[in-house]
Amino acid sequence: MNNRIQQTFDNLQSKGEKALIPYIMAGDPSLAVTESLVLTLAEGGADLIELGVPFSDPIADGPVIQQAAERALQSGTTLKKILSTVRSLRTKTSVPIIFMTYYNSMLAMGLEKFCAEAVAAGVDGLIVPDLPPEESDELYDTTMAAGGPIVIFLLAPTSTPERRKTVSRRTHGFIYYVSITGITGAQLTDLTLVKKNVQAIQKQSKKPVAVGFGISTPKQAHNVAQFADGVIVGSALVRTIAEQHQDPTMLAKIKTLTKKLKTALK
Amino acid sequence: MTTHPDKHGRFGKFGGMYVPETLMPAMHELDHVYQKVKRDKQFQQEFQSCLKNFVGRPTPLYFAERLTKTLGGAKIYLKREDLCHTGAHKINNAVGQALLTRRMKKKRVIAETGAGQHGVAVATVAAMFGLEAEIYMGTEDMERQALNVFRMRLLGSKVTGVNAGSRTLKDAISEAMRDWTTNVGTTHYLLGSVLGAHPYPMMIRDFQSVIGKEARKQIVAQAGRLPHCLVACVGGGSNSMGLFYPFVNDKKVKMVGVEAGGHGIKSGKHAARFSGGKPGVLHGTMTYLLQDQDGQVNLTHSVSAGLDYPAVGPEHSFYHDTGRIQYTSITDKEALAAFDLLSQVEGIIPALESAHAVAEVVKIAPTMKKNEILLMNLSGRGDKDVQQIANMRGIPL
Repeated sequence: MNNRIQQTFDNLQSKGEKALIPYIMAGDPSLAVTESLVLTLAEGGADLIELGVPFSDPIADGPVIQQAAERALQSGTTLKKILSTVRSLRTKTSVPIIFMTYYNSMLAMGLEKFCAEAVAAGVDGLIVPDLPPEESDELYDTTMAAGGPIVIFLLAPTSTPERRKTVSRRTHGFIYYVSITGITGAQLTDLTLVKKNVQAIQKQSKKPVAVGFGISTPKQAHNVAQFADGVIVGSALVRTIAEQHQDPTMLAKIKTLTKKLKTALK
Repeated sequence: MTTHPDKHGRFGKFGGMYVPETLMPAMHELDHVYQKVKRDKQFQQEFQSCLKNFVGRPTPLYFAERLTKTLGGAKIYLKREDLCHTGAHKINNAVGQALLTRRMKKKRVIAETGAGQHGVAVATVAAMFGLEAEIYMGTEDMERQALNVFRMRLLGSKVTGVNAGSRTLKDAISEAMRDWTTNVGTTHYLLGSVLGAHPYPMMIRDFQSVIGKEARKQIVAQAGRLPHCLVACVGGGSNSMGLFYPFVNDKKVKMVGVEAGGHGIKSGKHAARFSGGKPGVLHGTMTYLLQDQDGQVNLTHSVSAGLDYPAVGPEHSFYHDTGRIQYTSITDKEALAAFDLLSQVEGIIPALESAHAVAEVVKIAPTMKKNEILLMNLSGRGDKDVQQIANMRGIPL
């Protein structure tokens, strides 16, 4: 499947650049703000954008993203409304949008209906933290039949060489490498190990590898970009949004931070 | 009947392994190690020896003569899991998994607990096997089960309160999964019910099936035949699956699983997954789940912390859909009345969880013939609930 995610990585590669992939929680504090944030992130230099779909029981997330999900649910955010937001965004930006969603949210809507609506709205990819390749046949087949979105799979420091092979084969667009054995928002301590593992993956697969979890500063982003094809920044942005969403200069601050992160990748 | 689960951990369409990549290698390792010890005589001997000498098995099968007379129907037998060391069936599984932890050379265990019975069981085996233990418990449950919190701490375990979501069992499981994701190299997650990703539902069922195996022999010895009906409460569903599983192929034995009806199904404040839930994925498994139309997990209510959980073991979902097991629910009020009844008629104070099964017995025993046999699993004793009940009745202790 040729889609915007792959094209973006191809374009960056030809320019010798690395992908900046910010993550924000859809609906935190409201979907109207999310829409402005996506545009701001794109203007600031984000190459792809991950939108978190809030779930009541996010087992792979640390406190920052858990609380963001709670706020988003309190503001009345649903998967359906997030799809409408993407539809509206598509009249203004073509930045690739990836949903990070727990499996049950899609199941509740029905996989066929969800995939059809996601394609129609312009969602490019899916990251499903509680759906390993072993359980992904149904979703995979449904996305194939619907012509999208593509499914991006994850690898972790605990993944065995056999699993690296399975995941590399199954994933589309890129491989999401989880930098730490842990949950989102934890501290990244051992950069050497991340480098070693990413290079091992790159030896097994030609697909781009983006690294997420534990990257919060431009300096860390710079260090990871030396060997990875993309860098995902989540909790740091989500925390800033939570702390400053009432400040009228919040969007400007997020734009500045995005620019700094993008510059740091060079 | 075929053997379930299949090699992918599926009970029909239910079950599976819906966990983050970080945990997948650990799930496969656990599955591999468990398959090995299942056939390992030495492991099985160690397990049986712990069950006999530490847990105090076999537990009696007791003919509840006065309850039988009072209800005026079927002969009622109680499988006395309340007489296990630590006061509930939870210890059977805790011992099995502690032995497994030792096999995997891990030094730390973590666990979730609702009513505190599984937490106490884990704290107990951790002390016995010399393991470090951390127990996650919702802060709401910590309040209503303060005695068990103190017991766990006395046994040397760390109890960590979970303040997220409904502050009950479901949030404790989420937090334990996050801990496991972070410390998977050194830590075994000693899950307490037939929940979670494969191989947990199968493994915990196997460890708990000692209940049904004993009960089967005992009822044949005492009554000369198999029971007509089995009754047990279903939170995650480990005591019920432990009793039911060895009878699954005995087609004439009826089985009834009792869920928590809370304030009543219509009120929406309950934990009856088969009355208000639909299939979904939570905590690693595909199963019946109480959820809203957007797939957000509902808050549940039950007077009993051990039944207060929005999902149910996947094997129960399977037997629900095949019709092999019937599921029903009992309200808080009915359970509390049954709590008093069993205490006063038989001199046995049941756990509030088990009181739900007693309440179902109260309903169905009178509809059965006097020569028919009703076998109920008395999964735990009620000492832990005495404080809560005194509070509810405004009695200062």
